Amino acid sequence: MTTTHIPRVRNQRPKKSWFTPARIGIYAFLLMSAVFFLLPLYVMVVTSLKPMEEIRLGQIFALPSQPTIDAWVVAWSSACTGLECTGIQVGFWNSLKIVIPSAALSIFIGALNGYALAYWRRPWAGWFFAILLLGAFIPYQVHLYPLVRGLSMLGLFSTLPAIVLVHTIFGMPVMTLLFRNYYASLPEELVKAARIDGGGFWRIFFQLMVPMSTPIIIVAVIMQVTGIWNDFLLGLVFAGRENLPMTVQLNNIINTTTGERLYNVNMAATILTSSVPLFIYLISGRWFVRGIAAGAVKG
Amino acid sequence: MSTKNIIAPHRRGKRQNWAVNFALLPMAITVLLCYLGTVLWSIVVSFTSAKTFPNTNFVGLAQYEKLFSTDRWWLSLHNMALFGVIFVVSCLVLGFFLAVFIDQKVRGEGILRTIFLYPYAMSFVATGLVWQWMLNPGLGLQEAVRQLGFPNFEFDWIISQDKVMYAIALAAVWQSAGLVMALLLAGLRGVDEEIWKAARIDGIPVWRVYMSIVVPMIAPSIATATVLLSLGVIKVFDVVVAMTGGGPGIASEVPAKFIMDYLFNRANIGLASAASVVLLLTVLALLLPWLYAKNRMEHANNKGH
Repeated sequence: MTTTHIPRVRNQRPKKSWFTPARIGIYAFLLMSAVFFLLPLYVMVVTSLKPMEEIRLGQIFALPSQPTIDAWVVAWSSACTGLECTGIQVGFWNSLKIVIPSAALSIFIGALNGYALAYWRRPWAGWFFAILLLGAFIPYQVHLYPLVRGLSMLGLFSTLPAIVLVHTIFGMPVMTLLFRNYYASLPEELVKAARIDGGGFWRIFFQLMVPMSTPIIIVAVIMQVTGIWNDFLLGLVFAGRENLPMTVQLNNIINTTTGERLYNVNMAATILTSSVPLFIYLISGRWFVRGIAAGAVKG
Repeated sequence: MSTKNIIAPHRRGKRQNWAVNFALLPMAITVLLCYLGTVLWSIVVSFTSAKTFPNTNFVGLAQYEKLFSTDRWWLSLHNMALFGVIFVVSCLVLGFFLAVFIDQKVRGEGILRTIFLYPYAMSFVATGLVWQWMLNPGLGLQEAVRQLGFPNFEFDWIISQDKVMYAIALAAVWQSAGLVMALLLAGLRGVDEEIWKAARIDGIPVWRVYMSIVVPMIAPSIATATVLLSLGVIKVFDVVVAMTGGGPGIASEVPAKFIMDYLFNRANIGLASAASVVLLLTVLALLLPWLYAKNRMEHANNKGH
């Protein structure tokens, strides 16, 4: 190391200096942004803890003077959607019933596709994969009506299998891409060796590839569970009245009420609906970002 | 595509071949029926006079003519364009600054990143409902500021015919700006530290380094973010339904909602299909240049190596 004169220009990604105008500006901007992003969460929480008399005062940012969880209880178990007053819990269980099989099926098929595409080349498969990826970008509306008709013909429309199938169909492009890229990045000697040792297509998949896929399966679970939980459009069209997911139920509770709108109940219901993806987001940390990055490299 | 054909086809060929074909069958069926088939079906229906049920009475481009003489469709296109410009530009600008400032070795980086990205984990429905409440003119932000001693303060976008799209864009930016931050931050972290050292030695101001060197370097990330956001614009539906239901009146109508309405409430699947085909063409017009550019760049890179 020589200690000749390297001009000591600081502030360019500085490490220590703190109180320069540029630094203060940076922190001011970041703090203001943080307030902007946190404000709705804060408003949701304080509103949900206030009784209606306090809400009518019009002080949306004020802390509740007499915090109560009554609104949460109502939101969960007795808020009304039209004539039915069974709360958002119905939607919660419906969403679970939709998410678990949909995520499992779409991840399994994505892994199988990715494995077959990465190691067992078929002349036709590449073309299908290319079309599948392009399909990921097409607005749902283009597929909607034909899918409704098709599922009606099969007698499945407005049932749980229908919505599971639809989520599997629309999850397939990203899931396939995710697993294909992951498997393509593994050392190919692994499969070669397994093949020489007499492993067949399915045995290599279940006994070699699946156990090695834990990291990418975690990413896939995060993506699919949050994505399917947050879906509104597909649930609205395909799930049927008996299986409406939580997002649809939430919208029904808030936007179809007659009489006085219970904002505290509405906000409690909104938090409850968002709690599952938010919980996943908070515990998954960098894995969540990995999912975004993986989903973003389509094409 | 870098598929590895490492298995010799002649050994134990047939059984394995069938296994692979069988494994890929769900994908093949999905592509043929659910992607290609449904698109074709929609295109065919758009050329017929179908109302409640599909028929084979072909009417040429009549549905498209009818579509583009419908004021409501034009309004929805106009709204989508307005929302799109505000949403994409705001997300890119805000996301870019968040990423750049977070990349300045600030304290609490992890917490800040978590804060900026958490709305992205929330659904558009929840986003729309929170902002509907925040922007409630009687009890929300406007009233709170008025009570602070600004009795003339006005922030009633959500009930204004002219400004309702701004309100929706605000909510959507809140939800999606973190995505841009995450994508660009990944891009910035890929920028070689040597570039910063070299610029420091030459005494080039930081902002110049960003504008002239770093932004072009992270251009692929910016392009990806732009495409993702733009596709979100074309699909925009949930947030509008939750926040305004398309109102006041039909002032916040968007194409995706227009199509849903004509499909399921107004029983005019011919017109709705024509509208969805227009949406499809818009997506392709956005997508193909990007895919083309991406492909060319990858080819150029491959040659360079």
